[in-house]
Amino acid sequence: MKKAPLLRSYTLFYLLFLYGPIILLPIFAFNDSRVVAFPLQGFTLQWFGEMAADQNLRNAAWNSLIIALSVATLSTVLGIFAARASVRYRFPGKVPVMGLIMLPLVLPEMIVAMALLVVLLSIQIPLSLFTVILGQVLICTPFAVAILTSAFQSLDKSLEEAALDLGETPWSTFRLIILPLVMPGIMASFLICFTISFDEFIIANFLGSGQPILSVYIFGQFRFPAKVPSMLALGTVLVLFSIILLGFAEYMRRRGIAKAGGKDSGGFL
Amino acid sequence: MAQTPSSEARAGLKLISPTAIYVILLLAVPLATVLLYSVLTGGRGTVGLPLTGENYAELWSKPVYGYIMLKSLLVALTVTAITVLLAYPVAYFVSFHVKPERKSLWLFLITIPFWTSYIIRVSLWFVILGYGGVLDSTLASIGLPPLNVASYSILSIIIVLAHAYAPFAVLPIFVSLEKVDRSLLEAGQDLGESRWVTFLRVTLPLSMPGVIAATLIVFIPTVGDYVTPELVGDGKEPMIANLIETQLLKLRNFAQGSAFAVASMLMVGVVSLIFVLLNRRFIGGQK
Repeated sequence: MKKAPLLRSYTLFYLLFLYGPIILLPIFAFNDSRVVAFPLQGFTLQWFGEMAADQNLRNAAWNSLIIALSVATLSTVLGIFAARASVRYRFPGKVPVMGLIMLPLVLPEMIVAMALLVVLLSIQIPLSLFTVILGQVLICTPFAVAILTSAFQSLDKSLEEAALDLGETPWSTFRLIILPLVMPGIMASFLICFTISFDEFIIANFLGSGQPILSVYIFGQFRFPAKVPSMLALGTVLVLFSIILLGFAEYMRRRGIAKAGGKDSGGFL
Repeated sequence: MAQTPSSEARAGLKLISPTAIYVILLLAVPLATVLLYSVLTGGRGTVGLPLTGENYAELWSKPVYGYIMLKSLLVALTVTAITVLLAYPVAYFVSFHVKPERKSLWLFLITIPFWTSYIIRVSLWFVILGYGGVLDSTLASIGLPPLNVASYSILSIIIVLAHAYAPFAVLPIFVSLEKVDRSLLEAGQDLGESRWVTFLRVTLPLSMPGVIAATLIVFIPTVGDYVTPELVGDGKEPMIANLIETQLLKLRNFAQGSAFAVASMLMVGVVSLIFVLLNRRFIGGQK
């Protein structure tokens, strides 16, 4: 490897820029002042206490958890169907159907939310947590498909053929051979979809009809300066939570690749 | 497995049908509805016949709409240019100067901020740049006058978006740099070209597909961003998404809101197509 001190220090600066705002989270979450500004005033756990005592926040977090678990499950199941079909079979209309499934990746989220909202309002379906789930599944499924496609692609087709030759039915082959092998991919997809859903704002805001959902709640609270410190405490908790989940997803992904005997090429996407 | 093509096709269709039905009902039908509504006559909370081009005519006739569309386009293009230019050296560093076994760690480090709450990241900038915020109080404590960046709404929108979408740009550029055949670079240098010339004539053109992909990945969500103008720009500098929200939800004018949505999709589509064609031309020109 050639040394490139200039590029290296530039990259480190870039990382600092990326992490800059996030580093401020723990700093001010423990800072003993309602005003978020330097110099720091002293250490306190007051904001974490305020955060834990906030009943609205707890409701919002509970709703977000329900939504994220449902979205992650549904998107991953839909993702398994689509990824398996597109990797394993050739069928007419594959390109347009897969294109439609992946479309939300290249469509501004606002458009997806508004299109769905117009239809829901027109046929008078009341907005609820359920409509948020419906919308977020659209956003998360492409990510699930992308992750699961690479999981199914690294499968050795001869294993499946061997199982069928030995008298297993297609379903038992899927359950006994394929599912365990793509399990790490499924876990990674579930975790990624969970994280995306948990953080998602646009659909939660517009299809949730004012229901307390965590991202919407945070968005509202930052407008009140008095509420900012406890939001920073919440942010600290959420960032830690995200990093743990992602670390776990990355671990599962690597284990999946190692299991299938592949070589790590890096990155989620 | 011995399968006739038709039974394979049937199995594939059967397998994909749950996902396909889901996206047709919840994505294709709504998009088609928006398209239809945009040419219907709108009232408050209702749409009806006759078909009309009035919603689009309204868009053309009022300068404020054109201004908002153009502003969104320029903000998104600026953000995209900044993001891609800043990301290229990072992707280059990770691809060419990091040991292969360390690459995924670096990529992981770069992508973590993207996976942490978008709302919190944007709100943090509000705290940093805002009146009496972290930036100005820090400047004040070392005796400098406040910059008051937040009062320049568009500038702060650009800063925040460039930060929010930065990791998006690194990955595709990295992937295309990884594909560059290293022996070509050695060949270039063996033939007496400097490293810089080799970069300009070999590496950069070969990585253009990644640059274009990065451009699209950043441009599309930024042009439709709702949160940043609402929060950081204090709602004073609405962009397309805020305009669509106002029409659809606050004024409940479904027809007009749909026309804005279609127009913005068209704008995104045209700009994306230009990028894709540029890419094709660029690659063609290298032969």
